[in-house]
Amino acid sequence: MIAQKSLKIIVTFALALLPVFSFASKEDSLVEAEKEFNATEMILHHIGDAHGWHFYGEGENSFTIPLPVILYTDHGLVTFMSSEFHHDTEGHHVVEKNGMSFVNLHEKIYQLEEGANEVEFDKEHHPLNAERPVDLSITKNVAAMFITVIIMLIIFVRLASFHKRHKQAPKGFNNILETFVLFVRDEIAKPQIGEKKYMKFMPFLLTVFFFIWITNLVGLLPGAANVTGNIAVTVSLGLFTLVLIVINGNKDFWKHTLWMPGIPTFVKPILTIVEVVGLIVKPVALMIRLFANITAGHIIILSLIGLIFILENVGVAGISVPFALFISVLELLVAFLQAFIFTMLSALFIGMAVEEHEHH
Amino acid sequence: MDLITPEIGLLFWQTIVFLVLILILAKFAWRPILGAVKDREDSINSALSSAEEARKEMQNLKADNEQLLKEARAERDAILKEARELKEKVLANATEEAQTKADKIVAQAKESIEMEKKAAMAEIKSQVANLSIEIAEKVVRKELSSKEKQHQMIDEMLGDVTLN
Repeated sequence: MIAQKSLKIIVTFALALLPVFSFASKEDSLVEAEKEFNATEMILHHIGDAHGWHFYGEGENSFTIPLPVILYTDHGLVTFMSSEFHHDTEGHHVVEKNGMSFVNLHEKIYQLEEGANEVEFDKEHHPLNAERPVDLSITKNVAAMFITVIIMLIIFVRLASFHKRHKQAPKGFNNILETFVLFVRDEIAKPQIGEKKYMKFMPFLLTVFFFIWITNLVGLLPGAANVTGNIAVTVSLGLFTLVLIVINGNKDFWKHTLWMPGIPTFVKPILTIVEVVGLIVKPVALMIRLFANITAGHIIILSLIGLIFILENVGVAGISVPFALFISVLELLVAFLQAFIFTMLSALFIGMAVEEHEHH
Repeated sequence: MDLITPEIGLLFWQTIVFLVLILILAKFAWRPILGAVKDREDSINSALSSAEEARKEMQNLKADNEQLLKEARAERDAILKEARELKEKVLANATEEAQTKADKIVAQAKESIEMEKKAAMAEIKSQVANLSIEIAEKVVRKELSSKEKQHQMIDEMLGDVTLN
């Protein structure tokens, strides 16, 4: 029993330290290559999106999973694998497809103007002879999102099929899942939206809660993508909440938003502006909160590890690794907390929109 | 400022994928799960309430039994009491009757004794009177056998008259 327990503890520690090691190994090679270490660049590279899923190594020796690049150009759809760029993100390697030329410039795909063979830059390093096509690539974040989706489909369809076969409460992992499903129902949906109307919003609330939570947790794994820390993802999630509010807002809600009753007429237009801005700000606050919290957590961990290479002293690891470990554990809590807050506030805003007002 | 500029591609995929995820999970996961949980909660609640009902019924039954027992006990007590009273009454009646009868008999006996006594007394009186008369006759006869004695008596009587 005790041996098993201590084994568990060791494995937990090893897993918690893994991201530390993976960052460290990458940065080791950087130092070995005697390149100047740029912490900002390293951090932005780690929290940003990419066209390939990079795990370790540099250049041609790196281990990177290629992902499909899908571009919508003036001449139709163009698709190829990201490996065709040969790990180049500086815009040197030109990929030719359907008579068009593409380069990867800091993980942004540019289409060269016709006849051009290479990118020309202005003083601020902006490309002069290239335009960005509509980029619908399966990037690292999209791929990570698919992983979350697959995890969710598997675990919840399993839970549902258990419920179809049995009448009793589930055991083990299914029981944990059901506990959280009930948590969303009883602690978030029912109190915020009300007994009568909550059922309609349960699919959205459950999906958004588990999507954010699972994505946050997966994002903490070594080599994983920073999906919920990407503004595009949170913008999309916030838009869902906004759309639900707008679609489901009842007459009372719109009356109170657009032409507040019970106050002098000359104040009404002012309040209308305030209320409409408030309507937009609510989901914007949601998207910024999630994005900023998750990104901040990643930046803190990366900065602590980066300290070792900025100070060029292995001894710093003695301090920054435990700190990074502490922050990593804290991030486990934040992962749940942010999922909870996003779902809670979405439910609150929806609840405000569908609430039956007592007439005063 | 790449960090806070939403990429259209990611926005597109996130929206599509998330929408599809909601729809699929709603149909194949959330509805069955929430439905099953609701059913289970309902069945637990109904089981609890029926257990509560059964408990109440049991209590009612117990109370009924106790009531019955109490009533039976009271009835028994009442019957016993009545019997005792009856017994006492019967006993009292019998005693009283016996007493009256005895009294009556005694009274009758007394009366007849009295009557017998009176009759006896009357008999005795008449006997004594007759005897007295006979004795007196004999005495008078004997007293008045001589002239002297007759004179003496007349004198005495005359003397008495004078005195009166």
